[in-house]
Amino acid sequence: MTDRLPGFSTLAVHAGAQPDPTTGARVTPIYQTTSFVFNDADHAASLFGLQAFGNIYTRIGNPTTAVLEERIAALEGGTAALAVASGHAAQVVVLQQLLMPGDEFIAARKLYGGSINQFTHAFKSFGWNVAWADPDDIGSFERAVTPRTKAIFIESIANPAGSITDIEAIAEVARKAGVPLIVDNTLATPYLIRPIDHGADIVVHSLTKFLGGHGNSLGGIIVDGGTFDWSKDNKYPMLNEPRPEYHGIRIQETFGNFAFAIACRVLGLRDLGPALSPFNAFMILTGIETLPLRMQKHCENAKAVAEFLAGHPAVAAVNYAGLASDRYNKLARKYAPKGAGAVFTFSLRGGYDAGVSLVSNLKLFSHLANVGDTRSLVIHPASTTHSQLDDDAKVRSGAGPDVVRLSIGIEDKEDLIADLERALSA
Amino acid sequence: MNHDAYDDNYIRSILNSVKSIAMVGASPVNVRPSYFAFKYLAQRGYDMVPVNPGHVGKQLLGKPFVASLSDIGRPVDMIDIFRSSSHIMPVVNEALTLSPLPKVIWMQLGARDDAAAEKAEAVGIKVVMNRCPKIEYGRLSSEISWMGVNSRTLSSKRAPIPTQGMRLSLNRMSVGGGATAASDRAAKNKGEPT
Repeated sequence: MTDRLPGFSTLAVHAGAQPDPTTGARVTPIYQTTSFVFNDADHAASLFGLQAFGNIYTRIGNPTTAVLEERIAALEGGTAALAVASGHAAQVVVLQQLLMPGDEFIAARKLYGGSINQFTHAFKSFGWNVAWADPDDIGSFERAVTPRTKAIFIESIANPAGSITDIEAIAEVARKAGVPLIVDNTLATPYLIRPIDHGADIVVHSLTKFLGGHGNSLGGIIVDGGTFDWSKDNKYPMLNEPRPEYHGIRIQETFGNFAFAIACRVLGLRDLGPALSPFNAFMILTGIETLPLRMQKHCENAKAVAEFLAGHPAVAAVNYAGLASDRYNKLARKYAPKGAGAVFTFSLRGGYDAGVSLVSNLKLFSHLANVGDTRSLVIHPASTTHSQLDDDAKVRSGAGPDVVRLSIGIEDKEDLIADLERALSA
Repeated sequence: MNHDAYDDNYIRSILNSVKSIAMVGASPVNVRPSYFAFKYLAQRGYDMVPVNPGHVGKQLLGKPFVASLSDIGRPVDMIDIFRSSSHIMPVVNEALTLSPLPKVIWMQLGARDDAAAEKAEAVGIKVVMNRCPKIEYGRLSSEISWMGVNSRTLSSKRAPIPTQGMRLSLNRMSVGGGATAASDRAAKNKGEPT
């Protein structure tokens, strides 16, 4: 007899977790320990040699964090996952497995400003070269492919304007180029979009945002789709060549369809070190249990606020894919039918000064540099998250000087609209 | 029999019922996947027999190597083949001469020979291809969850603490049949595995 397939909300509560073997504790305990006792010398050697499943040291793995990893792998439909200290750490660890110095990757221009900085500047010193492409022009990805291209990186719902990316079209470009498609699914969460179902090979998240959801804990995660054949053309030596640090183990051959997640753990996290605290893993796990409920409310509120702003005389334009008039509405209906997320931008007729004035007059919205909190948030990207970009790049990434970004929380929508109405007329 | 995706209950019934496993292509080199799987299955209480003509006279974790299946000299429940796809058929042919026949023929991750599978199934032998019994055991018991792997199972029962030589319960609720949708897609994209 085949068991029925549990729904998303059941997985959000149960996947990866079961009562603690030692105490029977039903909630996943916080295993706040650096290290784990070996049974004997052979057990220790087996664990260090990757021969046995088990715990060694919290920089490599931790039982609380492992529950978080399996839960997100289940929600995304991947084969395995690896949690790290932040979304930025996830990106470093992923690309370390894929790129050697002198290699290239293609990234969508519309990205979180921090990712644009990381790719442009920090990665340059590793010899990882980014080529930018326009997610609204699929041909620009095709034209950017060279023999040194090792990966394509996009956001499913792109920061800051909440635009929707045509994942399947870009997955096709990646497939033809023989490289994996990496999708940052932070703003959508697997509740709204599951990129692996649309052809992605690797999914990354900042867990800090909607997944954790309460603005209290940093974290990042890498999900292995189990879809990419790393042995083809021998383009990925970290996965396919004997690893000297493990006496000649070949990761793909040994771990099959979750080899990428293992490589990230035993070659990336182990050696680079950005481990997630077990306490943060616990906080994020607790948040994920209510992810479906929160995302429904976030999306419902965001649509109501976007509709209000679209009808307000002080507002020049609203960029929210959930509005029927939005240029991304067709893609939103295809990829995110349950809701277009809760992060979007709008521009004011009064330009930069009106934006600054609005932010300072709001009383319920918090002015800060985060998204995906239960609380509603507001920021002026041009002077903050995207401030290190030049003016052209600001406009191209949707963060021009007149643009204000909102992250809509789960308060009562009438109160959010009243706060905006008062601040816009102040 | 669909060999692209297995129902969890099919794999579970095999791992729960077999007691002895002959591993063809077992390696004494401790970084080879066959060594990993041999050691793990022995630790989980299976009676393991290493088969490799290149190592006769030596032992693998205390078990003497034999040169071929016919040299085992006693019945085995399952034959686990750690050879590439092009070397499967001769091993299956030899397995079919054994008396009694093995109950299961298992081909490792990456190995698949549909003609050999058909031959074995024709005489009532269960066949698994392109899977690793260590990974499947770890997945169905959720022991593999320590590595952040999606076990695709759920359980609200308290698990015992695993010790050396202990068999683990595989009786968890299955979430997604034999494979994730994603790995099905990978298998399709890959075409004929090598």
